[in-house]
Amino acid sequence: MFRATPSRMQLIRNSTFKGENMQKQILSVKDLDVKFNLRGRTLHAIRSLSVDVYRGETLAIVGESGSGKTVLNKNFIGLLDANGFIDGGEILYYGDHEVRDLAKFKGEKDWLGFRGREISMILQDPMTSLNPLKTIGSQIAEAVRVHQKLVGDDLKVAVHELLHEVGIENPEKRARQYPHEFSGGMRQRVVIAIAIACQPKILICDEPTTALDVTIQAQILNLLKELKKKLMLTIIFITHDLGVVANVADRVAVMYAGDIVEIGTAEEVFYDPRHPYTWALLSSLPQLGIKGEELYSIKGTPPNLFAPIVGDAFAPRNPQALEIDFLKEPPYFEVSPTHKAKTWLLDPRAPKVEPPEYIKNIRGMGRR
Amino acid sequence: MTMEERDVILSVRNLDVNFGSRRKPFRAVKNVSFDIYKGETFGLVGESGSGKTTIGRAILRIHPVSGGEILYKGERISGKISRELDRKVVSEIQMIFQDPMSSLNERAKVDYIVAEGTYNTKKHLSKRERALLVDQALLDVGLLPEFASRFPHEFSGGQRQRIGVARSLIMEPEFIVADEPISALDVSIRAQVLNLLSKLQKERGLTYLFIAHDLSVMRFISDRIAVISRGQLVELAPSEELFRAPLHPYTKALLSVVPQPDPESERGKKILVYDPSVHDYDEDPPVWEEVVPGHFVLGNQREMEGYRMEANR
Repeated sequence: MFRATPSRMQLIRNSTFKGENMQKQILSVKDLDVKFNLRGRTLHAIRSLSVDVYRGETLAIVGESGSGKTVLNKNFIGLLDANGFIDGGEILYYGDHEVRDLAKFKGEKDWLGFRGREISMILQDPMTSLNPLKTIGSQIAEAVRVHQKLVGDDLKVAVHELLHEVGIENPEKRARQYPHEFSGGMRQRVVIAIAIACQPKILICDEPTTALDVTIQAQILNLLKELKKKLMLTIIFITHDLGVVANVADRVAVMYAGDIVEIGTAEEVFYDPRHPYTWALLSSLPQLGIKGEELYSIKGTPPNLFAPIVGDAFAPRNPQALEIDFLKEPPYFEVSPTHKAKTWLLDPRAPKVEPPEYIKNIRGMGRR
Repeated sequence: MTMEERDVILSVRNLDVNFGSRRKPFRAVKNVSFDIYKGETFGLVGESGSGKTTIGRAILRIHPVSGGEILYKGERISGKISRELDRKVVSEIQMIFQDPMSSLNERAKVDYIVAEGTYNTKKHLSKRERALLVDQALLDVGLLPEFASRFPHEFSGGQRQRIGVARSLIMEPEFIVADEPISALDVSIRAQVLNLLSKLQKERGLTYLFIAHDLSVMRFISDRIAVISRGQLVELAPSEELFRAPLHPYTKALLSVVPQPDPESERGKKILVYDPSVHDYDEDPPVWEEVVPGHFVLGNQREMEGYRMEANR
């Protein structure tokens, strides 16, 4: 009886193998709540957030510091700080063989076989994510040994292959060197090599280029794109640099105060943004500024997440906020099948508010 | 062009800065020359390790100069200078640092951090007068005077950067070296700090040397931009001209990697890679020349012809 109908996962797998349906989720977050205990008070860092990550895409998550981008992603690899906990919701991971709810994982034992092998992460600062006392080779070997159970010469060869794969020349020699002998960009390549060592399905990149120069940044972004194609990775890209987002993202999620306020394809979010917070973020870009005039800046500070938030979290900082924004939280309004935003402005009863003038000519500005 | 008529506030002439032993020096800055006019924002762009910060620090007399000279208001301020001039330079030339998280003394309160410079240059001040100065400096950068009794860790990145600006303002500077002042900040706070800097410039006629690696910010804030590569200036032009008609291959490569918030053009974007071996400088060494008024470029005679044609097109 069970054999007659193929399981849900088999269906998904078959369709991905045919390549006809890339729009299947690999990760599905539903009404996730994450809280932190801080000095006897509770901070509500992620406020019933839902998002789907599709197989093979690059999803960029943008937002100010403190909006919860990193906290959200730490849930996916079980690295939430000790005082943080999931207070409801689920994180479904559609693996090759089964669907697992990461929100139900208890302790390190559950995570050990999962972290690195299914989902892996690259952190912002390549200077601090490597151990300065160990050679580059041994740090990569550690990841390969644990997950692929290789030893001796096989291990060495695998390490050299990984170094070669991330574009480090002369891997035999470089593997014997220490992190201080590498430049910032090269160190980030090593970190990427460690992250892909166990062939993960999802790679989370948390501000991987923020500490780097523009030239090196371009190289690292290209490397990530290449690896994505070669290893069929799904990438979640966290950044506050909208230029980088435009470069790498298939879809963009804008985060504010622990929730995603707008999500859509890169084109939709950049050329047709709907949420006032997205407008504000785009308007404050120096690239769009006119010399001699004041640059748009978002007034005020992000809301206090210790207190419950009433209405639209961005309303107090939004000069054009509607009355209802202070009373009731807006639901998602669909702009297109791939584009939705949480703002009352999209309600048919709302007055028509035009986005600011200067963000209308983003299209084509890269060529000017 | 009115450029010639403007006052030169700072002039760098054939500057060399070497590090390491005298026998085997590392030449961090090689033969760099430029003028900064009073009241303008002069941008200095380059990759890390190109020597841009070294130039800024040489101007502040933190690094000794190995060759050439630096003139401030016509007076030489590099090498050995008189005590009076040193005092003047210390208060009139100030610096804003990159990382607001590490450039403030964690164990000092804000009032001491902001007032520190005055303990040296304005010894006659009473406790009250000094406190008033601190309050005013904090107000000038958009912070509240009551913040003076707090410690740096109580502030956000943007507020810390404002404290960094306040402590240079208290010295009543005329010339500020801003070394990547917004690189470590968030997008929304970036805009606030940039606005603050340009407001202060308008109110007090400040001159900025703005050091950064991000060309997109430079275009917005700088009047003129100099591009530095491996310790040498390769190109110097008014900002808009540099973006419209870059001449040196290094500048072109640098411009090609600037990320723009435009997905369509980002996808079709061609990245140019700068290859220093395109220059043939063995027989025909490069010179620093003005190809059109206000637009300087580094090249040898053969390249210069090409640059001139390109610039006049």
